[in-house]
Amino acid sequence: MVNVVLGVIGTDCHAVGNKILEIAFRDAGFIVHNLGVMVSQEEFIAAAIETNAEALLISSLCGHAEIDCRGLRERCIEAGIGDILLYLGGNLTVGESDFAEVKQKFTDMGFDRIFPPGIMPEDGIDALRADLRGRGLELEIPDV
Amino acid sequence: MSDLLLADIGSTFTKVCRVDVENSRLTATASSPTTVSTDVMEGLERACHEIDVDLENNAGMRLLACSSAAGGLSIAAVGLVPSLTAKAAEMAALGAGAKVVGVFPFLLTRNDLSQLEHLSPDLILLTGGTDGGDTEHIVSNARTLADVFADTPLVVAGNRAAHDELDTILQTWNAPVRATANVMPELGRLDLEPARTCIRELFLERIVVAKGMGHVRMRADLLLPTPDAVMRSLSALRDAWATAPASAATTRTPEPTTAPADEDCLMVVDVGGATTDVYSYGFGRPASPDIVYRGLPEPLEKRTVEADLGVRYTLAGLAEHMDTEYVIRDGGLTIAQLEHWVSVVSGNPSRLPASPVEQTADTALARAACHLAVVRHCGNLEEVWTPQGRTLVQQGKDLTHAALVAGTGGPAAHDVPPGAVPRAAVRRPGETGLLPRNPRIMMDRGYILWGLGLLVAADLPDCAAALAADHLVRA
Repeated sequence: MVNVVLGVIGTDCHAVGNKILEIAFRDAGFIVHNLGVMVSQEEFIAAAIETNAEALLISSLCGHAEIDCRGLRERCIEAGIGDILLYLGGNLTVGESDFAEVKQKFTDMGFDRIFPPGIMPEDGIDALRADLRGRGLELEIPDV
Repeated sequence: MSDLLLADIGSTFTKVCRVDVENSRLTATASSPTTVSTDVMEGLERACHEIDVDLENNAGMRLLACSSAAGGLSIAAVGLVPSLTAKAAEMAALGAGAKVVGVFPFLLTRNDLSQLEHLSPDLILLTGGTDGGDTEHIVSNARTLADVFADTPLVVAGNRAAHDELDTILQTWNAPVRATANVMPELGRLDLEPARTCIRELFLERIVVAKGMGHVRMRADLLLPTPDAVMRSLSALRDAWATAPASAATTRTPEPTTAPADEDCLMVVDVGGATTDVYSYGFGRPASPDIVYRGLPEPLEKRTVEADLGVRYTLAGLAEHMDTEYVIRDGGLTIAQLEHWVSVVSGNPSRLPASPVEQTADTALARAACHLAVVRHCGNLEEVWTPQGRTLVQQGKDLTHAALVAGTGGPAAHDVPPGAVPRAAVRRPGETGLLPRNPRIMMDRGYILWGLGLLVAADLPDCAAALAADHLVRA
């Protein structure tokens, strides 16, 4: 049983992708706690503590990810869940920019995985399975 | 014989009402000082005597009782995250009619333990973790509590994945323990009723006996904490008015409804000397799908207790939070008149208003307490500008469409003009709080709501609704 917390961070109310991710991760066997849209950093952290979550799956589609995510890793450390996996995906910046640069920026902020726009939910699921396996956690695959 | 007796054993007075169930009529009432120092049965028998009922000789007459004597039911709530399971535990305890003496999140510290010892709650409610979530905290807290509080009744309503480990720890508990469903089985979903039921069971089984109410318990067919009875009275109010068209206000055939619509929301406000209690019925979900809801969902039956908003013992807290200028304008008072009344009742809390000015000041303060307590009880709607434009964010219950607000207790029983106190629950222009906009204002001047709740709890909802229609007055 692996708990994950899902949500769209900051002043961002894009709700469709959030629902798709919830269904996809649930079907993949995770216990998904979906906080929905406009979720603050504090809400992500509180939810992770209560559910003993292995990962925070954060979406940001409005281009303000850098502001909304600033200090999240530090707050997790402060709250006693410093080793939680932090995933981030969506439209992370406004306008055209080099994804390698974007990725480096968020890696430096403490995110474990950063996903570009246009990927499929399976990419995130596979990555999470691999990361959990790396930590000695094997996920039971449900019979579909 | 279809008569039954209702009794409210309060901290000061014991009140009894005789009800003719067949004709749904209140036939007699009386009250007598509560005798908590000896056996509360004495005061109850004395009150019954005044209405020619002998509890021993009339052994066949049903007795439904509620009690807030000897400090009521005090509970300490233990949870994990303050905004999540600790909050849910507090809501469950309040909903069961308890006085929540402390809420303890995360790991219990030595300081928490000494505080707990000092508070000496009647019962501890232990929660923590969603089902399948965190087990570490609840298990560790159970171990900590087992060392010191094994003689305090305990309800465990946390992560079910921790049950096996908890079972082993709780085997050494001396007082009764109930393990039940999680107050928050998954993030953002509350399930408070199982915990409430266990709290009620332990209240009856153990706590009332410890408070010198063993004899009442043996005689009574039903015994609840008084706030629990008041909470249940809301369904009688709903049956009597909220679902009926305004023209048929005194209907005696209430229509049963299972899922309450928005217009079925209602509220009771009890402004007291030490606290102000607000009860609401209704989910109060966002009125439109465009509104984003944040925070914990709200229970259908919600009770909040404002321990710093009272009009006698906690005037200092009220004075700190109220808008004094508004209160003066609201009551047509001068600051000197208001200050005079505050100093009078601060020195002598049992003093009743003796002049029209004092009466006005008393009502103005009760209105301020009512409004502040209702603001804290209700949710609010915030406008947030996002890159996608304007978005509305709701937190807490939307009670703007509440059909009814009833005032009960102390100052609401003699407010001037009548209904002034519950009317203060109405939303003021410019407020972002989701307070009732245009409710029917009712007054419980005879102090009977607890009795209606007892009738509802005894499965006599029709009788309760009929008595509500007869004894509550529209302002």
